[in-house]
Amino acid sequence: MSLLNRVMSGTFMLFTLLASGVWANEPELSKYNLRPGVTENSQRVFDLHNEVAWIMLIVAFLVFAAILYAVIKFRKSAHPTPSKFSHSTTLEIIWTVIPMLILIYLTKPAIGLLLDMEDASKADMTVKITGIQWKWKYTYLDEDFEFVSELSTPASQYEDYARTGTEKGENYLLEVNNEVVLPVGKKVRFLMTSDDVIHSWWVPDFAVKMDAIPGFINETWTRIEKPGVYRGVCAELCGRLHGFMPIVVRAVTQSEYDQWVAQKLEEKAEAARLAAEAAAKSWSMEDLMEMGKKVYAEKCSVCHQPEGQGLASFPALAGSEIATNPDKIDEHTSIVLYGKNAMPKFGDQLTDAEIAAVVTYERNAWGNSTGDIVQPGRVGELRAGN
Amino acid sequence: MSNSKHKNILVKTVGIVALMTVFVFAMVPLYNVFCEITGINGKVLVSKELYESVKVDTSRKVKVELITSINRGMPWDFSTDTKTLEVYPGKLYEVSFYAKNKSKSTITGQAVPSVAPSQASFYVSKTECFCFDQQTLLAGEEINMPMKFYIDPDLPDSVHTVTMSYALFNATSKDSTAALGQ
Amino acid sequence: MAHDHHPTGIKRWLFTTNHKDIGSMYLWFSFIMFLIGGAMALGIRTELFQPGLQFFDPNTFNSLTTLHGLIMVFGAVMPAFVGLANWLIPMQIGAPDMALPRMNNFSFWILPFAFTLLLLSLVPQLFPDGAPNFGWTFYAPLSTKYGPASTDFFIFGVHLMGISSIMGAINVIVTVFNMRAPGMTLMKMPMFVWTWVITAFLLIMVMPVLAGAVTMMLTDRHFGTSFFDAAGGGDPVMFQHIFWFFGHPEVYIMILPAFGIASHIIPTFSRKPLFGYASMVYATASIAFLSFLVWAHHMFTVGMPVAGELYFMIATMIIAVPTGVKIFNWVATMWKGSITFETPMLFALAFVILFTLGGVSGVMLAMTPVDKQYHDTYFVVAHFHYVLFPGAIFGTIAAVYYWLPKWTGNMFNETLSKIHFWLSIISVNITFFPMHFSGLAGMQRRVPDYNMMFEGFNQLSSIGAFMLGFSQLLFMYIVINCIRGGQGKATDNVWDGAEGLEFTHLPSPAPYHSFEKAPEVK
Repeated sequence: MSLLNRVMSGTFMLFTLLASGVWANEPELSKYNLRPGVTENSQRVFDLHNEVAWIMLIVAFLVFAAILYAVIKFRKSAHPTPSKFSHSTTLEIIWTVIPMLILIYLTKPAIGLLLDMEDASKADMTVKITGIQWKWKYTYLDEDFEFVSELSTPASQYEDYARTGTEKGENYLLEVNNEVVLPVGKKVRFLMTSDDVIHSWWVPDFAVKMDAIPGFINETWTRIEKPGVYRGVCAELCGRLHGFMPIVVRAVTQSEYDQWVAQKLEEKAEAARLAAEAAAKSWSMEDLMEMGKKVYAEKCSVCHQPEGQGLASFPALAGSEIATNPDKIDEHTSIVLYGKNAMPKFGDQLTDAEIAAVVTYERNAWGNSTGDIVQPGRVGELRAGN
Repeated sequence: MSNSKHKNILVKTVGIVALMTVFVFAMVPLYNVFCEITGINGKVLVSKELYESVKVDTSRKVKVELITSINRGMPWDFSTDTKTLEVYPGKLYEVSFYAKNKSKSTITGQAVPSVAPSQASFYVSKTECFCFDQQTLLAGEEINMPMKFYIDPDLPDSVHTVTMSYALFNATSKDSTAALGQ
Repeated sequence: MAHDHHPTGIKRWLFTTNHKDIGSMYLWFSFIMFLIGGAMALGIRTELFQPGLQFFDPNTFNSLTTLHGLIMVFGAVMPAFVGLANWLIPMQIGAPDMALPRMNNFSFWILPFAFTLLLLSLVPQLFPDGAPNFGWTFYAPLSTKYGPASTDFFIFGVHLMGISSIMGAINVIVTVFNMRAPGMTLMKMPMFVWTWVITAFLLIMVMPVLAGAVTMMLTDRHFGTSFFDAAGGGDPVMFQHIFWFFGHPEVYIMILPAFGIASHIIPTFSRKPLFGYASMVYATASIAFLSFLVWAHHMFTVGMPVAGELYFMIATMIIAVPTGVKIFNWVATMWKGSITFETPMLFALAFVILFTLGGVSGVMLAMTPVDKQYHDTYFVVAHFHYVLFPGAIFGTIAAVYYWLPKWTGNMFNETLSKIHFWLSIISVNITFFPMHFSGLAGMQRRVPDYNMMFEGFNQLSSIGAFMLGFSQLLFMYIVINCIRGGQGKATDNVWDGAEGLEFTHLPSPAPYHSFEKAPEVK
């Protein structure tokens, strides 16, 4: 029996140790557990999770303790003659009913929380989120501006095929070029949709995870209580760079948010002015090639590869019909503008000048040397449908 | 062992397999009906409804939001000037959507309707909608497309905002997908 | 045995209609697939050992996770159970062989072709755009509109596997219903037979659903239909409903026979009859029945109406009740027994304990609001590996150790098998336990790279995975060694407390045709 006692108390200590590690309710990110997050719902989810986890761990511990007791107490050397009983209606009823009661006890708070999480009514503002392989587009429906947000960690940090190890930033794979800015204390409604496959927008600190489904919209919401930067990821396998489409939300005060919106609107007006300017002027081959090279490296080379050689299902551009046939300049430009099949549209991410530049670049780089020049003005005409 | 005894069970089990095969294909129409009833996915009835003897509920107003998305490979403009409107449940409203084919070839588009929150989709009734059919526009053609709808007065009180989304897809048949550009 | 003449060499295996030969082929096939799928898992764990992409392009990585899942589910676990059914069901019900021996042969020989098709997708010369890369759940439209060319081979492969599984299941049903020894009523059937016949009914009901899903994929890809394409009036979410209508019963297909196995081993080594036989049967049947009603708990983030989410949450939690009954019954079987710890018992104990852990996280996952945080993270990966590896795989290993002496007539090396046990149980926990933590801390599934905050857990998992993988080679050695003579002859009863016709009525090794004359069951 002393052996039994020692094993039992040892196991219990192990569990307590484990549990204290797991449920160390630290304010910052826990390495072991869900985070309480910064919304009322995320806190409630966290509490419910802890409660369920504890109850289930206790149930498991009781089962394990019974097994441990049985294997020690009833091992053959200690208990040579087995008893022969093979059923007990009372016992069987007990262990059917007790789990049921536990489950009913757990269901109650879950239902209340779920109803609140699904109630997106009376929102203060709405952001439409569109998943695109492998970036997110945010449309601020009340303010009428939109932007695309994508991974800003450079490939040189994650591509380590030489296995020499690379220097990585603190927010490796969790940083983006355009952060989503939201005001604290406001009920923000998200409308999710997708341009291609199913994605899932997940920010753990808000306890918001919702699928973005092509053709359909899904609704969810959050109310952030604390200013700060919150990071998330795409949770649904969406193709090659599924692991490389993070989310960064910066929650700020209302006045900072208003400033940010004003700035975004200004940028939008400024971009329109620059586009008009760019369209009016005639660009030289050198200028287009220089700009095109940069745009290509940023937006296109991930799929079509740095030398335009293509990769798996992503077609090669070097020597391809579309990028060399002089009759297909407009078609080439249109595909960049509007996308086609697996190719996303870039019309909402790039200016006319950038599109003109990248098309010119693709028609002249890697031995394509067509000599074709696409002017931003032509891109503008295509956009307008002329 | 008697072979007829085996055959008997064999026939029954193969029958189950056949039945399940039929069932899975029957799931497709069943699913659509189920979705329209329950509002899974914010799927809405893509068939015309009649506006007959609907009582207007003037005691409350519901905010209706209209949003449009253009799927990739679709060189169209597609928008509406009516971004939001406040409606009385039961009253018939008409809004207009604008579309323009900006390419140099004929393109057929299909707008896919969806409603959020999903439980509201059951209460959105349309008497006329461009989304009931495909739209074919010649190169450069523009069109104003009407949509007439009303919100069912039985809409639960908890719903204050109804978002109606239209995602425009390129539905030009695959043989003629030289649809872009030229 | 006068009738023990049979062809030898390759012809014996190609044309055999003998349940033992076919059972052996199923088991070896499943073990080979287990090694191939395991090698892919080690590829995954190698890439995940540290942050950064060191070995695989993300697309190749996705193909590895996809094929790992498909091969383990359809190539390793399911054929292993069919192999065990072939070996054991005729012996346990007092029959000479399976009811439909030629169909039995055919259903096995389909499998190598099916998996050749699937594995051919890895040949870059055939498929320059790569192998299937959309996860074993192959959600549309990633697998339809965006799937690589090799998807068609995958679809054809799945069709073949489905046909094979359906034929195997029909064979079990016919055998169990028609060929039981006189006196063996349904409620006297051994638990393994019971769990398998319930599994067989699940199989014939859901494999057609899977076949339908991949057929719709095929027509969407090539024949202009739009089952899953919103543009043509279809719905990608419908794919998930159909898939999980197959997928959830499939999960139980992969665990119910293991329940049956544990229900044989635990009584034997406790020297005590199984506690609550009838409630075990009813619990298994109700788990199977409920499995048809809970599919959408895999889809809590697709935007279902709240009423649907509530229903699927509650229905799912109810499954915990019959599952709990089974676990409590096993514990009660040991209670006041006289327990010894031979290797099969060790694996069966590990099965009960670790399966309980998987069940615990299962209840957590059933809670819809919290699942919105768990969904598609490593917490889910931890959960289903806890029910599959210590569940399905340990169950199979326990069965092999338990019945191997009966099959071969030889005892296996006890010391080595215990080393195999301890290596397996330690490494399975090192591999999968840390995944709970990385998932809770925010690491999503199916990614080839991650932030440094998950590094420690991933390194542990990778180290554990290599230990776990290589430990199974020891298992292979022990089995081959046992076939070749092992540690001497096994007695007819093999284990001290073993019950059941195969132990009480048949010599070791069991004769080629199990029961020439049906035994009398009292």
